Amino acid sequence: MMDIEYIDIKSFRQTMLDRRAAGMDFLREMIGMDWEAEGLGVIYILENSATHDVEELAVRITERDRPQIPTVSDIWQIAEMYEREVYDFYGIEFAGHPDMRRLFLRNDWVGFPLRKDYDPSETINPVRLESEKNEEIVREYDIAEDKQLAELVEKMKILHYDQFVINIGPQHPATHGVLRFRLSLEGEVLRKVDIHCGYIHRGIEKMCESRTYPQTLAFTDRLDYLSAHQNRHALCMCIEKAMGLEVTGRVQYIRTIMDELQRIDSHLLMFSCMAMDMGAITSFIYGFRDREKLLDIMEEVTGGRLIQNYNVIGGVQADITPGFAAKVKEYCNDQKKRLKEYYDVFVNNIIFRNRSIGVGILSREDAISFGTTGGTGRASGWACDVRKRHPYALYDKVEFKEIIHTGGDCYDRLLVRLEEIVESIHIIEQLIDNIPEGDFKTKTKPIIKLPEGRFYAAVEGSRGEFGVFIESHGEKTPYRLKFRPMGLPLIAAAQNIMKGHKVADMITIGASLDYVIPDIDR
Amino acid sequence: MEMKKPVIKSIPYEEFKDNETLEALIAEINKERTNVVVGKLDDLINWGRSNSLWSLTFATSCCGIEFMSVGAARYDFARFGFEVTRNSPRQADLIMCAGTITHKMAPVLKRLYDQMAEPKYVVAVGGCAISGGPFKDSYHVLNGIDKIVPVDVYIPGCPPRPEAILYGMMQLQRKVKVEKFLGGKNRHQKRGELPAEPIIVTNHPVKEDKEQ
Amino acid sequence: MIDFTSINASIESYLQSVLPAQVATLVECALIAVCAIAAYLVFAIVMIYMERKVCAAFQCRIGPDRVGFLGLLQVFADVFKMLIKEIIDIKDSDRALYTLAPFLVVMSSLITFSCLPFDNGLQVLDFNIGVFFIMAASSFGVLGILLAGWSSNNKFSMIGAIRSGGQMISYELSMSLCILTLVVLSGTMRVSEIVEMQREGWFIVRGHIPAIIAFLIYLIAGNAETNRAPFDLPEAESELTAGFHTEYSGMGFGLFYVAEFMNLFIIAGIATTLFLGGWTPLYIPGLDGFNAAMEWIPGIVWFLGKVFFVIWLLMWVRWTFPRLRIDQVLVLEWKYLVPIGLLNLLIMTVCVVMGWTL
Repeated sequence: MMDIEYIDIKSFRQTMLDRRAAGMDFLREMIGMDWEAEGLGVIYILENSATHDVEELAVRITERDRPQIPTVSDIWQIAEMYEREVYDFYGIEFAGHPDMRRLFLRNDWVGFPLRKDYDPSETINPVRLESEKNEEIVREYDIAEDKQLAELVEKMKILHYDQFVINIGPQHPATHGVLRFRLSLEGEVLRKVDIHCGYIHRGIEKMCESRTYPQTLAFTDRLDYLSAHQNRHALCMCIEKAMGLEVTGRVQYIRTIMDELQRIDSHLLMFSCMAMDMGAITSFIYGFRDREKLLDIMEEVTGGRLIQNYNVIGGVQADITPGFAAKVKEYCNDQKKRLKEYYDVFVNNIIFRNRSIGVGILSREDAISFGTTGGTGRASGWACDVRKRHPYALYDKVEFKEIIHTGGDCYDRLLVRLEEIVESIHIIEQLIDNIPEGDFKTKTKPIIKLPEGRFYAAVEGSRGEFGVFIESHGEKTPYRLKFRPMGLPLIAAAQNIMKGHKVADMITIGASLDYVIPDIDR
Repeated sequence: MEMKKPVIKSIPYEEFKDNETLEALIAEINKERTNVVVGKLDDLINWGRSNSLWSLTFATSCCGIEFMSVGAARYDFARFGFEVTRNSPRQADLIMCAGTITHKMAPVLKRLYDQMAEPKYVVAVGGCAISGGPFKDSYHVLNGIDKIVPVDVYIPGCPPRPEAILYGMMQLQRKVKVEKFLGGKNRHQKRGELPAEPIIVTNHPVKEDKEQ
Repeated sequence: MIDFTSINASIESYLQSVLPAQVATLVECALIAVCAIAAYLVFAIVMIYMERKVCAAFQCRIGPDRVGFLGLLQVFADVFKMLIKEIIDIKDSDRALYTLAPFLVVMSSLITFSCLPFDNGLQVLDFNIGVFFIMAASSFGVLGILLAGWSSNNKFSMIGAIRSGGQMISYELSMSLCILTLVVLSGTMRVSEIVEMQREGWFIVRGHIPAIIAFLIYLIAGNAETNRAPFDLPEAESELTAGFHTEYSGMGFGLFYVAEFMNLFIIAGIATTLFLGGWTPLYIPGLDGFNAAMEWIPGIVWFLGKVFFVIWLLMWVRWTFPRLRIDQVLVLEWKYLVPIGLLNLLIMTVCVVMGWTL
């Protein structure tokens, strides 16, 4: 249950500046809202990166035609992306924002889809088979002297026509899905990077608003398919928290083990894809070879290889199979030996080291400001593991080390992942022999209604903090369901750290940040 | 000479599903007589084409990861002649559409398809590419890629298992084998056939609004 | 041992006797061309198959095994497919150059290919500056790549081509230096003589330290010349989709593909000729019985065996290492390989003058 403090729009910017000065340096989440009669608004979740205090603030505006809220993008860098997302979904314009474009939808899209009065009729937005025109000029709103909202003041060019602009993506082998970069080059050096997302935006948040709670679960696996268990864990946890439901110890054990297995799976894939992007195809195949063994275990327990649909509200779908513990242990022992192979063939290779050490450095301050949680943040020296910050499931009972490197470059980002595999194995080994007896699922009513209120739960996904925000109005469907994307902060940071590097480095940086596009676009 | 039933090494003909479609194609071709030289040449060309189907890397979401697994050590699609995935549409023979296609992606898919060199094929992998899958009623998802490009093989699943993808690729091989290459009858897209006006596709048939 | 010189001479005298002189020369040329092109294609097909199987072995896979016995017909299927693939007319491309480019690349490798001494007398061109000719012929392939990138009207192709130009022309230098080192050792530029001189011991043994250094530099530079990983930047798949041949479909792409493999063969062939004794058998002083036994293996088997060993080495490298970055590629060449190569040339000269060779 969240306790939200409403701020008056007049004193909004000053309040936010004060909070930042008070040490609230991590903008955890920014949630656009449409409260219909009470107007549009934005909820901000702030966190102090040192003390882990959390604060929830909200701002509301009744104007619907051209609602304007002052920007915070100069206070927290990640807000630049989040505000574009809110603008895209709710049409709230942020005064002072330097680049007020749509983030996910086409720029000729009509309407703001997450507003409650949005008309989804296909006559308004049909499937257009001509590509959208690149928006070269953006609107920028200035904040006037008296902190009142001001009109459009400036037009700015994103990429100038006399620059050598190349387009990478959306269909490109190195973008790990469908992300599009527009690069302004000078020789091989990147001068400006403009990232376009939304090529896999499926409108999951909007669809959730018309689904019952158990139905919404299916979407989480398809967000970031490499942290399917963790995503679903977060949503189940949030709903259980709202219902006041305690899951059994057995469920906690199973969930924790599966989360860690999933993390190993994801990190192996990250290693593989990074190797592939840098031209070492054999290392890629090595990673996939070992991942298959893990998938065998997952498949035996859950029935699926990639999309597993395992966690449900109150427990898990099916009990673990009898040979589970033995197989997991065998796998863990095997994987530890395999890791050495990865270091031999790829990580310690002189070419790889030369290409990754000192490339794409993300400083600790920037990492916090961008909110790049997960391996990327930890490689920059920011202790941002949700398992340590806000422990859930069994993470306060097991002993494990939070891997932190301080280089902040591509090499450290890979090392963090590889070392986390070892830690995950360590966690699994502590739990696997002690799974308590009990029910694997607590019975729930067929129709689940959450009490009125706002709920937030977060887990450590494979590539960062995955948060779920639910606003319930006491019905069987959520009024608003928001997922905190793990990847959006990563690409926001990428846009900044890629500048000044070579085209080839862009690929390395992209691979080391390890984003999964369906998670960004939702 | 007559077109024969396609043969796939080590899998009997009867074990494949949907043989009716292929038999209909064969019957269609056998209506016209072909002389032996052309027929044999066709067989040879089809043998070559069906055993060398290079796919375009086109993965939008989850199915893409399973597609990568098919290329990796355990499943290894190189065994069947799908040796490499080409990144340039010019050099690819088929487009494995693995994942959801959204409104924003649809023009890109169409364009990639247009950029490919004939003969070209489309395989729709996974529920999303076939019909929109779990996201069918979303405002931003195309309900099936067959609305914008002709699809040759559908591989259902969410995501399909690697075995299913291999099976789908074999079905495509069978389909390629019962085509007549010479004479250009199987050219899917005529030269210069690109639509002058941008096509507007709707997921559900609705009366066109002229104001658009 | 078969001596191809006498076979050649007898064929020539036969043709001269039945045909007028000019016609006989023409027929000879045509025969040679047919043989060279046939051999070229056969080796290309063998190498593509080899690459797939070797790569599969390194990657714990099986590789092609369904088309024909052990997948032996796989490459033929690919060739049929490529031959009938549509050739796309690229909008705003420079038609003439676009069409010419793949042929330039193939021509360059074909000419170089015909200079390789497969066996005693089994060589198309053999004259007193043969080594120079090989270097000259192999280096105009880069022109084809540059033209392909320029004429495609595609930014990826353009970047790929420019990278390729920078890389290939740079590495030409250290390759030439290595070859020169060996020319200093042998004292001749006629390819057949160079091979003949190695009867008593391969140059990599006789030239000891400087020759081994030259061999290593040559392999690195040769790998870069053929645009293969870790130097595959011009067609870096994850950056530039397919680099300079992004816009080529069908046989245009096929020709680039074949030329890439044949360039690998040529690099290995030159390495064999210069360092590993060409078609001469392994000779160990003192072991006369062993040497006599080795003599019984035909020269062409020796040559191809050595060539494919070198190719296998290069494939091992290709499937193991990640790719370099363009500035690192150039730094490696200009700051390390060229100075070392120059120094090595000096050492070799000193060795030869002082008679310190074996």
